[in-house]
Amino acid sequence: MSQHENHAFEHRDDEAKKLGMWLFIFTELLLFGGLFLVYSIFRSQYPDSFHEGSLELSVTIGAINTIILLVSSASVAVALTAIQKNNTKLSMQMLLLTVFLAAAFLVNKYFEWGAKFHHGLYPGSELMQLLDRGHHLYFSLYFFMTGLHALHIIIGMILLLISYFKVKAGKVKMDDFMHLENAALYWHLVDLIWIFLFPLMYLIS
Amino acid sequence: MSEHTHHITPYKTLGIILVVLFFFTFLTIEITSIHLGALTVTVALLIAGVKGFLVLSYFMHLKHESLLLKILVAMVFVLFALIVLITFIDYAFR
Repeated sequence: MSQHENHAFEHRDDEAKKLGMWLFIFTELLLFGGLFLVYSIFRSQYPDSFHEGSLELSVTIGAINTIILLVSSASVAVALTAIQKNNTKLSMQMLLLTVFLAAAFLVNKYFEWGAKFHHGLYPGSELMQLLDRGHHLYFSLYFFMTGLHALHIIIGMILLLISYFKVKAGKVKMDDFMHLENAALYWHLVDLIWIFLFPLMYLIS
Repeated sequence: MSEHTHHITPYKTLGIILVVLFFFTFLTIEITSIHLGALTVTVALLIAGVKGFLVLSYFMHLKHESLLLKILVAMVFVLFALIVLITFIDYAFR
């Protein structure tokens, strides 16, 4: 009984937690926004090089990774709905599925980058030095932007795993789920950035 | 206690949004494979914009958030658009 009363008076501000997460997301959007701006400027200056550069990328792998991220974004949203409906088991399953899909994305990325590295195409390689300015810029931006995005995938996986263990331990529950909600917001951000990266890097040519 | 601040998105809504996102992904791949010239970039960015809007509205629950948060998010995109515009004007007139 006394435990129940303590809980009722526990100081907690869910709105502030959410607003804080959104403010952080704004800085992330502007970080990638700056890179998209650099991409747009150089694309307008070297349209032919960017066109030829994008032909080097596999649309199939890009499309598979897009589908993976969309499904993982939906599964983490289901995990949040499940915890709000007090379905802890489904929430944990969905979090594990999301982390698994994130890992699958990275495996794809590993093979994609691996093939480029195999052909001597990686930042600072001799081949990169020989490329003309336009191609050099395209591949530098490709590696930097998808690399920074992959780093966000890894951070997102860690956040989702922490959420998973918190749900398991009963610390994230039906009436106290902000940790999971904020981790989910971060994961959607990763998906959101990829939604723009995919057409700009792989498709437009 | 905090019922009014937390809207629960139904599973069905999430499923429908996912299917719509699949459709737009397929559409953008098909459209960009046709040669539309300068239109390609515009169409691809428009579709990406729609997909982004769906993710923000439904997956990130912005649809049911406070007006303050909606305005804040909109302002970030307005700010980015202004930065892009001003930078391109700078490049166009040097």
